[in-house]
Amino acid sequence: MSVLSLLLLRDGGRPDKAALEALGAGRVAARALGAELEAAVVASGGGRAELGAYGVRAVWQLAGPAGDYQPERWLTALEGLVRAAGAEVVVLAGDAAGRELGPRLGHRLGSGSVTECVDFRAEGGRLEAVRPVFGGKATAHVRVEGRPAVLVTRLHAFAPAEPGEAGAEPAVHEVAVELPPADGLPRVVERIEESGGGVRLEEAKRIVSGGRGLGGPENFALLEELARVIGGAVGASRAAVDAGWVPPSYQIGQTGHIVAPDLYLAVGISGASQHLAGIAGARHVVAINKDASAPIFKVAELGVVEDYRKVLPPLIEELKRRLG
Amino acid sequence: MPERADFLHGGLRMRLVVGLKYILDPEIPPRDFRIDEEARRPVQGRASLVISPFDENALELALQMKDRDPATQVVALSAGPASSEEALRKALSLRVDEAVRVETDPLGEPDGEQTALLLARAVQRLGGDILLVGRQAGDWDRGQTGPIAAEILGWPCVTAVSRIEAADGRLRLRHEGPDGLEVVEATPPLVLTVTNDEANQLRIPKARDILATRSKQVGRLSLDDLGLSPEAVPPRSEVTRLYVPVEEHQCEWIEGDDAEAKARALADRLMALKVL
Repeated sequence: MSVLSLLLLRDGGRPDKAALEALGAGRVAARALGAELEAAVVASGGGRAELGAYGVRAVWQLAGPAGDYQPERWLTALEGLVRAAGAEVVVLAGDAAGRELGPRLGHRLGSGSVTECVDFRAEGGRLEAVRPVFGGKATAHVRVEGRPAVLVTRLHAFAPAEPGEAGAEPAVHEVAVELPPADGLPRVVERIEESGGGVRLEEAKRIVSGGRGLGGPENFALLEELARVIGGAVGASRAAVDAGWVPPSYQIGQTGHIVAPDLYLAVGISGASQHLAGIAGARHVVAINKDASAPIFKVAELGVVEDYRKVLPPLIEELKRRLG
Repeated sequence: MPERADFLHGGLRMRLVVGLKYILDPEIPPRDFRIDEEARRPVQGRASLVISPFDENALELALQMKDRDPATQVVALSAGPASSEEALRKALSLRVDEAVRVETDPLGEPDGEQTALLLARAVQRLGGDILLVGRQAGDWDRGQTGPIAAEILGWPCVTAVSRIEAADGRLRLRHEGPDGLEVVEATPPLVLTVTNDEANQLRIPKARDILATRSKQVGRLSLDDLGLSPEAVPPRSEVTRLYVPVEEHQCEWIEGDDAEAKARALADRLMALKVL
């Protein structure tokens, strides 16, 4: 019995953060089931991943090139690899690629999928996925009827795999899969540079984030300044985005970017469940809000009950001085 | 504004089908949120029912395409119980051309696979060039319906789309891909899942259009009409437990005589975290 982590390497053969999360989550599933961990790799440019140090027993990869990431083509590639590997459970990281491919893969394999998984546990010899539902207000355990279950993580919910002592080199299986021609399929014609926010938020170590309590778009300037001082990124709650104060690329939450910084500084954010669900991976949450009963303080480690307009300017000066 | 010809595809008028899920208001505060652990589903309690927020964004994108080319047809489609017809009435008040409910009563509460099958079959029955749905529903947050419907229809799927432009018979779709915002070029038939953007907040219906919906009919399709029996629409997943997680947490309050003192105290504590 095996658990198969699917690695989608859009930048050649180097395992990126999402791939390491897929391996980390795969290991959790494999432990719960008492199964072996294997990996299936689709890489742009036909790169080859070095996975021996991650405890992977076998690697399944394409015999031919995959080309650049294109959902329909890479989905066919994954389908071919998963069918060849014959796993009990398949795990993908929940970045944009995993989210769009996981459900389709589960359907294609005739089994099913669970998205936004934050944990796995075995019940009666079968794997159940634990996931937040209703914007984080409830937790569900979900079982897929068919086999292999396709499980997509909620980004950052699982610790990325760390390379350990190099075990036995994994067996490498090359699988010939015929990919559909790219002609007629959707294709990327332009990448849009974002001035702030965007996928960079998902990697940021420090985030200063604003909500409806800021009172207007102009007040994000203070957050930008604080972010500059501490070397962080600026994000926002959905309320601030819906008010039109910042673009949607800033949005953090279950329905925006899922983030996992070392420091998350929430300013004027009340803390709707769906927002809290998106910051569950943050190491330290610090909240500044006028309202001591705001739900954000239920998850904050440090709380300041005060008008942010009065706190941020002296805080910025203090930190400037201390950080030199 | 694009020429009308830009929207023509294969010599046919573009027909857009928008999936609308009618759900418990996701904005309801946690203290008012109730579940039935035994039945493993939420109970309505004090929550009102609303169109799932991302489905509203999908509807707005479809209406914008119709604004730019009046020959575009928009069909609002909901798979759900009779209460879902409220969502369809709202869509009618926003001047969609048709509104159709797929009756799900024999299935209980369908999972993502079941909903996708019902929507896909309804699109085949009603005709359509593009199926638009929200990127995920605001209740179970699964994000499965659109991508799986694409599999069943055999159409490509572009996810997390926020804006649509038409040019030279093709669509230019702004969407959030794994490497950030990008523009994807695609030709129908297509399934699009839609995410929110400042440019796709659902418009407000006009009073006279609300009045006019009284004379309009919501169409209904039964499983039988779609050539399906309940056995042919099996769930592929099962919720084995549902509960409200218990949180134990203590917040350390930063105290001080005034805001400046609090700012200094906060700076001390932030430095002590050793993350700056």
